[in-house]
Amino acid sequence: MDSPIAPAAPAVDHDHYSDSYLRGILRQAKTIAMVGASPNWNRPSYFAMKYLQEHGFRVIPVNPTAAGTEILGEKVYGDLHELPLKPDMVDIFRNSEAAGPITDQAIAIGARMVWMQLGVRNDEAARRAEAAGLQVVMNRCPKIEHARLSGRLEWHGIAPGFVSSKKRKL
Amino acid sequence: MSDKPSKPGFDTLAIHAGAAPDPVTGARALPIYQTTAYVFDDADHAASLFNLQTVGFIYSRLTNPTNAALEAKLAALEGGRGCTVTASGHSAQIMALFPLMGPGDNIVASNKLYGGSINQMKNSYPKFGWTVKFVDADDPENFRRAADARTKAFFCESLANPGGVISDMEAIGRIASDLHVPLIVDNTMATPFLCRPIEWGATLIIHSTTKFLCGTGTSMGGAIVDAGTFDWSKGGKFPSLTEPDPGYHGLRFYETFGDMAYTFHSHAVGLRDLGPSQAPFNAWLTMLGMETLSLRMERHVANAQKVAEFLEKHPAVAWVNYAGLPSNKYNKLARKYLPNGAGSIFTFGVKGGYQAGLKVVENVELFSHLANIGDAKSLIIHPASTTHRQLSEEQGIAAGAGPDVIRLSIGIETVADIIADLDQALRKATERRAAE
Repeated sequence: MDSPIAPAAPAVDHDHYSDSYLRGILRQAKTIAMVGASPNWNRPSYFAMKYLQEHGFRVIPVNPTAAGTEILGEKVYGDLHELPLKPDMVDIFRNSEAAGPITDQAIAIGARMVWMQLGVRNDEAARRAEAAGLQVVMNRCPKIEHARLSGRLEWHGIAPGFVSSKKRKL
Repeated sequence: MSDKPSKPGFDTLAIHAGAAPDPVTGARALPIYQTTAYVFDDADHAASLFNLQTVGFIYSRLTNPTNAALEAKLAALEGGRGCTVTASGHSAQIMALFPLMGPGDNIVASNKLYGGSINQMKNSYPKFGWTVKFVDADDPENFRRAADARTKAFFCESLANPGGVISDMEAIGRIASDLHVPLIVDNTMATPFLCRPIEWGATLIIHSTTKFLCGTGTSMGGAIVDAGTFDWSKGGKFPSLTEPDPGYHGLRFYETFGDMAYTFHSHAVGLRDLGPSQAPFNAWLTMLGMETLSLRMERHVANAQKVAEFLEKHPAVAWVNYAGLPSNKYNKLARKYLPNGAGSIFTFGVKGGYQAGLKVVENVELFSHLANIGDAKSLIIHPASTTHRQLSEEQGIAAGAGPDVIRLSIGIETVADIIADLDQALRKATERRAAE
């Protein structure tokens, strides 16, 4: 099930991601650079960062207007190029247009995965990233997908979209 | 199974959706979480839960794992995004409108609803400052004509109780879409086995799970399923979902939870503030019942069709109102919306009217004379003197519950026994009438 990243992998259908594709990405991502992370506690990006931290991910916030401050105990960087380490994934909480150059930065710094949030989709940027060997998810939220695949979303009455007689785990 | 692009079939979902093994013990059957509250890992975890930043359980008025399993199952069967279960179908109706409505707002509803729904809407909604405009749904354009700037929903039943009225959901849904108003459909009588209104344009589905979903007449319950497809922000009509919520420090539900916003709001605000949570034991019994929904509904509709055909030819019967009969006014809509059967609840009139009808009810043996529908047992009632007695005669007739009407809820017993019981009761009623 955990297939390694291979350039010869079949083209990803960005309208319908398989659960195993999303699961594979969420299992491989240990460090996530979150571009557009907000210091405001009731913003969606703050929710996502807090959830991901609670589920074992290290999330490094990137936000030029908050650079040098801290969000949820992590130092905020102004730019992906300033990060002290290479993140596995870049999670983009910006609009679809801004996602283009951010994706190019993600490629440049050697990230292996690019994730664009709900409502964010840039197919040209996705093609560039995939050509460079990165895996791409668009118009989804890693918090929601993690909660869905691990059975937690069902706790709030949300249909998970799959059936399985195995114990729920990511 | 999760990698296949094709979705699991209805019967597979009826068994498996929401019914994953317990993640800790591996218990294969759903545990009954008979608990009011849940311990927090630490203060930060508690804060995250109260801020809705993480998923989890706080207090069973809002969420409970047994109830959540039923919610996930029903959402899957209706083809919706999320579901909220409630204490009863009546509370589900209030809960469904709660995120949409404020004082001065209105809904447009079919005038042929279940009498209890009409009572709630006509007599209790005004206390919240809500108004209901009742229209004849046989002409879907009546919804457009009645709507105004303060209309926040359209409301109909896929299959009405007890009149056998079928709403032209696709036409009403199109008008709702034109006016950007969510269409709410009560799907209690049809169940998702016979009809899935979301596929015809509904935004919200309401159930009394007390009926066929539970199936055995043991457990009160209600549910609201959200399709997850409505844009709550367009037009600024639904501030509860789009504007900062004062109860959650300015959180905006639609921005934060997207297509799950309605269901999250129903739990975090609706159940929290209104409080009609379902008992976990009832949710468990309903889950158990829903595993056999397909099998039961097949038998219910097959029996109902045979009983209706028998009654239509019976000399003591004045008329039969079952949409599964070719002679019925709604048969064309039944074939479109309910191709696998027009439900198992219908009405008929005995020759001799009110008094003869009461005699039939008094003389049945197998049928239970009571005020419920959707039990495995066959049920009978005289609506005008019971469920619909609070309505005026005019409203009763409009709802298909005139003075001469008998309502049947056909069970899953041997159909020959059901028919024989009705036959002997009808003969007794006729004999007595002849003797008088």
